[in-house]
Amino acid sequence: MADTSDIKKGFKMLIDGVPFAVVDHQFVKPGKGQAFIRTRIKNMMTGAVIDRTFKSGEKVEKADTEERTMQYLYPEGDTRVFMDTQSYEQLSLTNEQLGENALYLLDGTEVDIMLFEGRPIGVTPPTFVELVVTETEPGFKGDTSSNTTKPATLETGLQVNVPLFVNAGDKLKIDTRTGSYVERVKG
Amino acid sequence: MLQVLRLRAKAMEAIRQFFSERDFLEVETPAIVPSPGLDVHLSAFEVRDPKGSPVGWLATSPEYQMKRLLSAGAERIFQLCRSYRAEEHGRHHEREFTMLEWYRAQGTSDDVIRDTECLVAHIADVLASADAGSLSSPWDRITVNEAFDEHAGEIIDPADEARFFQTWAEAVQPQLGKARPVVVTEWPASMASLAKLNDNGTADRFEAFFRGVELCNGFGELTDAAEQRRRFERDRAHRIDAGLPVYPIDERFLEALELGMPASGGNALGVDRLLMLLTRASSIQSVMPFPAEEL
Repeated sequence: MADTSDIKKGFKMLIDGVPFAVVDHQFVKPGKGQAFIRTRIKNMMTGAVIDRTFKSGEKVEKADTEERTMQYLYPEGDTRVFMDTQSYEQLSLTNEQLGENALYLLDGTEVDIMLFEGRPIGVTPPTFVELVVTETEPGFKGDTSSNTTKPATLETGLQVNVPLFVNAGDKLKIDTRTGSYVERVKG
Repeated sequence: MLQVLRLRAKAMEAIRQFFSERDFLEVETPAIVPSPGLDVHLSAFEVRDPKGSPVGWLATSPEYQMKRLLSAGAERIFQLCRSYRAEEHGRHHEREFTMLEWYRAQGTSDDVIRDTECLVAHIADVLASADAGSLSSPWDRITVNEAFDEHAGEIIDPADEARFFQTWAEAVQPQLGKARPVVVTEWPASMASLAKLNDNGTADRFEAFFRGVELCNGFGELTDAAEQRRRFERDRAHRIDAGLPVYPIDERFLEALELGMPASGGNALGVDRLLMLLTRASSIQSVMPFPAEEL
């Protein structure tokens, strides 16, 4: 059993059977009174962020979570199959579980998968991925300005706004945190 | 780093100048003391000699020794010293921090509240703080019950200490002193600590808050040795019940009260917190040259 002295940013604890990650925490001690730890914690299942206050020294239950680096292999019906790069163990996530992250997956893409009691609950794709444009209006060769943009569809189905000079077949660097275009890269 | 050193040097100079102009004597008391205070919610560092025998504790505040100086005839005294508290760490807490403590013999808590208002305004001026304009005296005063009523919508029975402090920490304190500092008075008698009681039965204790941060804690001082001993024994019993380390009662402090300590007002102010607030820093660590975590 852990206690409140273990609480720091990123600490994962179990509250009523649900894993929460500490986003922010503050030690407070009113006057000559009892000390508390005020925390802002994120429900790792739903992403909801809540405030919770613990008495200093109170026991907290560490959540059995583990982050593993896994490689995307192939789609299978409504799911995607991943393989642990160390143990070669495979597991599947549904497109629903993956959400927008499914749009960053190419064969061999390595992602971090958060497991809670052995079950996958979250996916972090690489910060940047490189994807090829499958569809966009033809570009204007001379226009290198990036102020004006147009929509483009990438090989995974992801839609992004790109500068006018981008053509179908170009490879683009995409920031997965914002889902936006960064630059054109050599293909 | 140099900026922090200059800030602190300037502030210390301003504090010394303020008290010297008001005819206060700067005093020094020991860091290692025979009793660090029995307050149930304070935890002290034990000091041992090289053979491992206990020699005392690091002072959690210089209160007992400074009050002995009052009994010995000192009238207006102040001290800038390091105080030490175990198991306290956060943006507003460090295991060692700089305490400014002062006492006025023949003074009241009102007198030291006025000192506090003028002192803080003076330091803000010297440091050219962006807050200098909002610190002029008098600061607003509210009672503990008024603070609960205003910010939590209910008054909480201090007998339910856990709920009292949790509500205070979550709902009340963060709202206190948002634009200007506020002084909270009339604490429950059970939290009187070393303060005398008011005529209405509350403790003659006050705390000032600025932007939700406690800046100081002051008392109209208890001078009744028998009552002080009762409180020590009660706190000691609480410590035993709670399985906390039990510290000795400082008999020399009680002797000094028995011999006669003048009616006095006293206050203890966290210098690091004040500097944090006046520079709009986000933690006391950012106004300290060596916070514990960077040692």
